[in-house]
Amino acid sequence: MRTFNYRRRKLVDQLMRGLSALATGCAVIPLIAIIGYVLTIGSGAISWSFFTDIYQPPSNAPEPTAEAPEVAYDPNDPFANLTVEPEAGTTGSTEDVTNVYNAAPRGGVLHGILGTLTIAGIGLLFALPIGIFAGIYLSEFRNERFATVVRFCCDVLSGSPSIVAGVTIYVLVVLQTQQFSAVAGSMALAILMIPIVTRTTEEMLKLVPETMREAARGLGAPTWYSTFTVVLPAALPGIVTGVMLAFARGAGETAPLILTVLGSNIITTDIFKPMAALPLLTYRYTESPYPGENTQAWGAAFVLMMLVLLMNILVRIATRKSGGNSR
Amino acid sequence: MERAMTLTRGIGFGELVGQRVKTGQLAAVDQNKIELRNFGFHYGAFQAIRNVSMSMPAHRVTAIIGPSGCGKSTLLRSINRMHDATEGARAEGELRLDGINVYDPSVDSVLLRRRVGMVFQRPNPFQLSIFENVAYGLRVLGIRNRKTLAERVEQSLRRAALWDEVKDRLHSSFGTALSGGQQQRLCIARAIATNPEVILMDEPCSALDPIASLKIEDLIYDLREQFTIIIVTHNMQQAARVSDITAFMLMNREKRYGELIESGPTDELFTKPSDKRTEDYISGQFG
Repeated sequence: MRTFNYRRRKLVDQLMRGLSALATGCAVIPLIAIIGYVLTIGSGAISWSFFTDIYQPPSNAPEPTAEAPEVAYDPNDPFANLTVEPEAGTTGSTEDVTNVYNAAPRGGVLHGILGTLTIAGIGLLFALPIGIFAGIYLSEFRNERFATVVRFCCDVLSGSPSIVAGVTIYVLVVLQTQQFSAVAGSMALAILMIPIVTRTTEEMLKLVPETMREAARGLGAPTWYSTFTVVLPAALPGIVTGVMLAFARGAGETAPLILTVLGSNIITTDIFKPMAALPLLTYRYTESPYPGENTQAWGAAFVLMMLVLLMNILVRIATRKSGGNSR
Repeated sequence: MERAMTLTRGIGFGELVGQRVKTGQLAAVDQNKIELRNFGFHYGAFQAIRNVSMSMPAHRVTAIIGPSGCGKSTLLRSINRMHDATEGARAEGELRLDGINVYDPSVDSVLLRRRVGMVFQRPNPFQLSIFENVAYGLRVLGIRNRKTLAERVEQSLRRAALWDEVKDRLHSSFGTALSGGQQQRLCIARAIATNPEVILMDEPCSALDPIASLKIEDLIYDLREQFTIIIVTHNMQQAARVSDITAFMLMNREKRYGELIESGPTDELFTKPSDKRTEDYISGQFG
């Protein structure tokens, strides 16, 4: 009897463990598939010029050399260089079209890299103060009824589809100003970042032991003073992680940007004009009829992933040096 | 009422430094620093302590003893209104500090806590350097002068008998990196740096080993020359060793609130207690 029970218990134990492992495997498969695809196909598009050059229309003509005159594009038309110029000496025959169609990918995504950094960076500038102060409010004044309402709204907001943020800014900003712009995109991304920053800040502040607050209170420190000198520094590494998460979320969003930033083929510094962004390039290159550009879509996705990874590593190193020596 | 407004006290190390006073030499009747009259405390519907009346003399160590759950800590923490942030916490009766009822609406709790410092059960240094830990209260008071800060930090660490152990790593070492006993002395240094009048200690040795505890006890004995000290302790020997006045509290079995059984000079309370329950408790016959 005892042996039977023992065997059964062991069997159930192994069965449950197996099921858990299976579920974990199922969850990991898409992740590995995505990373694998992006790495294998995307790396085919990677070359030095992919990082240093902007959009070049598909062509069989040799790469423009240094002596070649710079084509002056109309700065107000972000897609001025989209037109496929007929190459010198060609007649526009079917053969030429086929040749262009099969042309190797040219140009790079530098404009997208800079654009993504700009748009997500400005978005973070909007989201950081609001998110951190809201997080402080939710954690340090958690018993107030308003805090409960805000917390609930935050959860709803973080679960809402990103296109909603895009449409909102499209109506509120883009239609009002009659202008697609990088700043509008940043606002849409900020809407998505704020709940992440708020909730992480709140959770991280809650992890700071109550005895720290008591110690400061016992020394006659007002709440705001102890929050900024004791509680916030102790929670900083965790908050930074949340901020990075928010940045990664923002940098990877496509839908809100389509409605607000529009996209661009050139490097622009004017944040009140349309701008390029890596997810937008990925989206547009995926739709492109040119196989070369389809490959570049994977390349852009690859660069985006690496960009977020790099930012994460850099910030981790930075925060570890400046007082991560906790406990 | 005017005195309630003077809860901002000038800082500066007092004249009292230096002369060591033995219990016998202390004046027979001192001015009472803290007086409680029918003091009670509620957490929402729950009454934690009820009807406590006693006085705590200035420049003496008053020990509050009693079994767990008798309201010792609640009584201690109500002296500097640490419960203000707790929802539903409410005091009744009077708790007077130098004649001012600290629960009077005109009393600012932040200013009160600058006069009544606190040391907690578990050492709770900030995740800052040793220097910044001690300087924290001074910075709260708006002291920015580097020289003043350095002087006050050294003085406080010396008085807390920690200076020699940490003087070489004031800025390089985190307060949290010290040993438990050192951390607690750091917390005491932090509490005395702002020169409060009263220091509340909530079982300051319960997380420490016997040797570290003895160091803290010596320190408490020395510090009463300059401060009025109220200490909550589980340890009756400790109360007998460090305190001049002892108060014994017990939970009322029927009503579930804590009440004061008796208070008086430590020698008397431990040798000839006037209440049978006190005698049972200190002789270890308490069930």
